Order: sequence, then C-alpha cells, then structure tokens
Amino acid sequence: MKTIFAIAGVVIKELYRRKDFYVLFALTALITLAAAAVHFFHEPNIIRYVKDLCLLLIWIAAWIITIATTARQIPMERESRTIFPLLAKPVTRGQVVLGKFFGCWLASGLALVIFYLFFIVVTGSREHYWPLLEYFQAILLQWIMLGMLTAMTLLGSIIFAAPSSTVTIVLIAIFSIWFLSPHLNVVALHNPEPMRDILYAAYFILPHLEFFDLRERLVGDWGLVPWSACGLAALYAAAYTGLFLLLTWLGFRRQNLST
Amino acid sequence: MKKVSPGYWLALLLAACFTLATLFVPRAGWWNNAPDAAHWNGRSASDNAFRMLLGDGRKLFANEFFTMADVYFHSGYYPSMFDAHESELDVAAGAQGKAGDSDSTSDDFLGPPKNWIDALGRNFKPNKHTHLDAGGASGNLKTSSVEEILPWLKLSAEMDPQKIETYTVGAYFLRTSLHQPNQAEEFLREGLRNNPRNCEILFALGRLYYDNYHDSNRARNVWLLALKKWNALDAKSKADEKLVSEEITVNLGNLERAAGNDAQAIHWLEAAQKVSPAPAALQKQIDEIKAKMAEPSSSPTNSAR
Repeated sequence: MKTIFAIAGVVIKELYRRKDFYVLFALTALITLAAAAVHFFHEPNIIRYVKDLCLLLIWIAAWIITIATTARQIPMERESRTIFPLLAKPVTRGQVVLGKFFGCWLASGLALVIFYLFFIVVTGSREHYWPLLEYFQAILLQWIMLGMLTAMTLLGSIIFAAPSSTVTIVLIAIFSIWFLSPHLNVVALHNPEPMRDILYAAYFILPHLEFFDLRERLVGDWGLVPWSACGLAALYAAAYTGLFLLLTWLGFRRQNLST
Repeated sequence: MKKVSPGYWLALLLAACFTLATLFVPRAGWWNNAPDAAHWNGRSASDNAFRMLLGDGRKLFANEFFTMADVYFHSGYYPSMFDAHESELDVAAGAQGKAGDSDSTSDDFLGPPKNWIDALGRNFKPNKHTHLDAGGASGNLKTSSVEEILPWLKLSAEMDPQKIETYTVGAYFLRTSLHQPNQAEEFLREGLRNNPRNCEILFALGRLYYDNYHDSNRARNVWLLALKKWNALDAKSKADEKLVSEEITVNLGNLERAAGNDAQAIHWLEAAQKVSPAPAALQKQIDEIKAKMAEPSSSPTNSAR
C-alpha cells in the first residue's frame, strides 16, 4: 500500500507543476464571472444560467484534466525510461497501475474541490443560499465518475501509441457515452432488428454517466438525491473502474517495455 | 536599404486594419439590408453583434433559447431530443391567456421506468413536473422565481428580433410575477421598434397600461391601434392572428363596460363574436349589458331627473 501511495504522491505533485489546471481554472473563472456580470432587466437575483454555465465548464475542465493527466503517466515513464528503476525497486506492475490510478484520481479530486469552491463562492454570494450537502453529493458523485474515467484512460494509454491519441480517443468516447448512452434504449425502439438488439446491448454495456451528473438538480434546486441511490451509483462505478483497471493490468503485464 | 523592425510592421498592419474597419463598419449595415426598425431607431443593423457574427443563422438559436426558457420554467424537467415533445410551450401559456396546462404531456413524458438503469437514473435527474411561477422544484418562491427564464428570453430576442412570442412572454412575467411594469414596457417597446406593424405586441402593451398602470385612455388608444394593424393584415395573416383580434375586441369591450360606455362595450363584444370560437359566452355578456341598460337607472343624477 505504501508503494502505491508513494507513486500516487508523485502524480499529485505533477498536477500542480503543470499548467493545464491553472489555464482551465482561469478560463472557467473568467467565463463564469463575465456571465455573472451581465444583468438582465435589472433583476439582481438571476443566477441559474451562471450556475448552469459554471457547472458545464467544471465538467468539461475535470474531464480534460483527468484525461490529460492520466493519458501520459505510463507512456512518459516508458519514454523517459524511468519505468525500469521504478520496477526494479521492487515494485510490481500491478502496483504501478494502482499507484498511477490513485494518483490521477486524487489529483482530479483536488482540482474538482478547487473548482467547486469557486462555484460555491460565486453562486452563494449572489443568491445567499448555501445547500452544502447537495454540493457535497455533486462533488462526490462526480469524483466517483472521474475514477471510472481515470481507469478507462489508463487502459487507453497502454492500448494507443501516443498520449495525444489516447486523449483524443477517450475524450470523443466519453462525450459520445455522456450524450448517447442514456437514450440508447429509446433509440433502439425506433430501429428494426438486429440493430435494436445491438443498441440495447450497448445501452446495458456502456457506462451510464448520468448517474453522476447532478448539474440539473443543482441548478433547479431539486434537493438531495437519496443516499441509497448514491450508494448504488458508487457500486456501479466501482464495478466499471475495477474492470478497466483489471484490463489495464492484464495489458500492462504483457507489454514489452524495452521496445 | 535599412531593415525595418517586425514590431513596426505589426503596428502598421494594425493601423491599416483599424482604418479599414472604421471605413467598412458603417457601410456593413446597409449591405445587410438593415430592417425598418434599425432605420427608425437611427441605428445601423450592424449594432447587433449577433447579426454581424451569425447572419440569419442566428434565428435557429433564437428558437433554442426560447425552448431553454421553457426548460428553466420547468426547473430542468424537460423531454430530451429523443423523447416526445409538446407542440406548445408551457412558458407561453400565461401570455397567451391560457390558464395552467392540465392537459400537458410534460407530466408523464418519461412514463414508467423501462429498466433498472432507467429507474436508477431518474434519481439523479429532475423527475417532477413543476413550474417556476409556483415555486419550482423546491416550492419556495423566494429561492425559485420565474426571473430565471429572463436571460434566455433576452438572448432569444437578440438572436431573432422578429420572434414576437419572446417579447409578449417576457413582458407577461415581468409585469405579473415580477411586478416590473417599467421593464415590461421597455421590452415591449424594443419589440415594437423591431416589429412596428405587430398587433400582438400592441395588445400586450395595452394590457400593461390597463392592468398595471390602470390607464384606460392609453390602453384604449393602444388597443385601437392594435386593431387597426390587425385590419391591415392580409387574409391569411388575419386567419392566423384571429385569437389576437378576439382578445383585443373582448378587452376593449370590457374596458368600455368598466368605463360605463355600454353601447361601445356591446359594439366591441359583437365584433369579438365574429372571430371568437365561443360566441355564446360573449352573447351572455352582451345580454347582461343590454339588460342593465334596459333597467331604470339608480344613479343619483338620473334619480333626480
């Protein structure tokens, strides 16, 4: 466990050395503050469009930070040949995978907390309403989802040749899953066989990111989600995360590192 | 030849760009066929940044933004592009004089959960049909107010200044729920500047004068002007705007009735009967006024006579 967290610590340090987070945070802050500065019909309490915009930017920024951070971990270790002294410690390949996973996941969690702090301060100062438990639920579920995304990106990083291609492919995949997977069952109904069965299978196989997206509930003040539902969503994410990590470990175990 | 620094070249290029911009921008409005309203307002059409950037394509966004106002009106409980949609948006119901939406399909557009994923997913989405003017999802009017739809209506108006519904719906909520008649009047006047021949906006302006400012004279004048504009429409447009004509004449009839001009009231209600889908209800009102006219007057002046 110590080894895993030592590797994770290095990844977290890497996050604050790189510019990705700062640039994305500055962009999010700038766009949100600019949107909040606009007044409509002299109504000072209008806030939901700002919340909506800020949460969307946080989602996109969190994806980019997580994917960009994770995608380069193993390829960079190989390219700079630091993987060899690391594996000679002795550290197993499974520990490397787990260490990289926890590092990236914790780093994305830290970034997420900073983004949400900004969000809470901006919206709370405008509407003077602080539903902290709802915000905690939203952060927690989004972080759990980022764990799934981290594992998926790690798997991509050992399949695809370069970090850039991993980032592009995983981003496209995650956007498609986010947009389509909740509706595939409805789309399936309007298709003839065998397309219907294929779409239904995809509906059940693809991860459902809508379980972790509380943006609409936060914007519309819908209150807390039942904790039992949150628990089920966490189990669902844990299953996918475990599966992706297992596949990553299997792939990484067979990989020839010297080429 | 002396070598010139790239910085000077850059400064020269920027100066040239600025000069060309000052030359072309005032002309660009005329190239884009500035609408009547822009001329009337003394501004070039290029003043609207969206028009400059998107051209006529911005009208596509206007519909989307108007729908977003309806999404916010329902606090996010709204069919996606994959679900069945309503033909009429609830957010416009009040401005069109329709009460509630008891026959709305929004109530159950989701239907029963189709599988366990669907059932679990509904916990994380808005899952109840509510309206912002009744407090939204929390039922608390202090935290959930209808003002939240206004940015989308404003954007919709910016994108398509000819979309009449935007002005009437925005003004309706500003003057009723938000008690901001001044802002409502300003928004309607903006609509009128962009659509000087529109009878719906004039009708909404008349309602504002009558209901909020209690200024019967201005309301009467504006409604008469609205009726004049309606009469100037071609046959097809008249058929499309039949409801507006009915609303104008009925409201004129009620105004005259309240002012004690019973003969005028009957005149307007009879005019309304010609376009109304329910003339019997209007006939009842006419009969009531006639009966009142036939009664011996009980006012002190007439009693003295």
